[in-house]
Amino acid sequence: MTSQGNTALKTTQDAPQSDIAVSVRNVSKIYGGAIHALNDMTLDFPRGQLTSLLGPSGCGKTTLLKIIGGLLDQTSGEILVNGKPVDGPGPDRAFVFQDFALMPWASVIRNVAFGLELRGVAKSEREAVAEKYIAAVGLSGFEKQYPHELSGGMRQRVGLARALSVNADVLLLDEPFSAVDEQTRRKFQEDLLALVENEKKTFIFVTHSIEEAVYVSDQIALLLARPSRVSEIIKPDIDRSISPDALRRDPVYLDTVERIWSSLRSYVE
Amino acid sequence: MDKHLTSAPALKVLSIIIVFCAWEYAGRIPVSPAFPTFLETMQGLWEITIDGSLLRAYPETLKPLILGVAISAVLGITIGVAIGLSFKVEWFASPIFVVMQSAPLAALIPLLVLAYGIGLTSKVMVVCIMAMPVIVLNSANAVRHTPTSIKEMGRSFLGSPMEIIFKIILPSAAPVIFAGLRLGVSAGFIGAILSELLITPTGIGDVITYNQAIAEYAKMYAAIFSIIVLAVVFLDVIEKIELTLFRPDKRVSA
Repeated sequence: MTSQGNTALKTTQDAPQSDIAVSVRNVSKIYGGAIHALNDMTLDFPRGQLTSLLGPSGCGKTTLLKIIGGLLDQTSGEILVNGKPVDGPGPDRAFVFQDFALMPWASVIRNVAFGLELRGVAKSEREAVAEKYIAAVGLSGFEKQYPHELSGGMRQRVGLARALSVNADVLLLDEPFSAVDEQTRRKFQEDLLALVENEKKTFIFVTHSIEEAVYVSDQIALLLARPSRVSEIIKPDIDRSISPDALRRDPVYLDTVERIWSSLRSYVE
Repeated sequence: MDKHLTSAPALKVLSIIIVFCAWEYAGRIPVSPAFPTFLETMQGLWEITIDGSLLRAYPETLKPLILGVAISAVLGITIGVAIGLSFKVEWFASPIFVVMQSAPLAALIPLLVLAYGIGLTSKVMVVCIMAMPVIVLNSANAVRHTPTSIKEMGRSFLGSPMEIIFKIILPSAAPVIFAGLRLGVSAGFIGAILSELLITPTGIGDVITYNQAIAEYAKMYAAIFSIIVLAVVFLDVIEKIELTLFRPDKRVSA
């Protein structure tokens, strides 16, 4: 797993032409022949970075994420993952769901190992991998618990561990922290930054929180609705080496939040 | 001390005692000369047990009951799951069960007797007509209402359609399928007794009719009481099976 992460990093350095992990090319999605959820959207997701899809409800951010994940079919256009067009879900992408999508009848370890179970990995092997990621998300000791015995934040950690354990290049996160409380969310955002740093995977992150997007993202795609489009790509130039608390008071951070809000405000009004 | 008084078993026993006391009291007023007290009924139960009539009656009653409930469970859950998975199957099969559920059974029994005679087949049919619709409709509903996100989860982690059905949809639907199964089994018990009262008096139906005819009301109520106890025990066994097989999470927390 780590070795593959390093390979991905090396590819980025050696071959700059492949530093785009996911590429969205002229994708449109029309529901029921009339509702344009996405309109000729083109967007690139750099490898090893976290890109946020930020925008108001109805801008098609979740639709775009589900199309990239292969859970929805686009009406036209194509999705390239590592340069190859994809059609449907694949082993190169893993999804983290807004409502966690855990199986209530399965223990934490079975939930985390479920992606590998569906891939036919032997029980002892998949549980060893699951064990490792349960520890990585800070849930050691909870392996035998059931989801209803965990808090919302812990449930989403299970969802995250499940997505990490299949070792996909690209992680798709659909508003993963919207159903957890504010304190837990801040801790989550800090952990997510560490994860992006350590895992060397490409993260695509849907959120409607400007602060959250600026805090965690290398790149923010600001989406607007009616017609659905990418209005702006923002790369927050924030020094990530400072402490999380200092970061939240960092002038660059605050200015970027303000700048995004002013572009969205004109749209909301 | 207080904790013991309000614990689940204590409350269950208390509720049973209250019902039996009320029954005893109503029998002593008396509500009707044909309504025996609880203690008289228990004595009647003792008598029909030792004279062997219950023992002879139950195999007769259990035959159509178990056969009918087994057919309804297997066929009902299969059809119900198919309806829940596919709208085409729903449009094709669902009207039959909706009609079956609302049909007045007593009016259908003469037709069944004409078609299948007065033997085991007709009685099994009555049990099935009573038990199957609720099993089918509950299973269909449970499957149809599987949360979208866990089905999407299965697809996104590359589950095959069969894996998604057996590893996600069925366990998720199991509680409601089993609720339907319990309702279906209760209805099956009613159907079994009904068929013995309306088609030919055999088994427990015979014990009830016979004792009613000779005004041995205590024994008649004892027979009814015994079938209710059997139904309750049977339902409890189904619940245990459900928790053991499908819902380890509920078993742990309970």
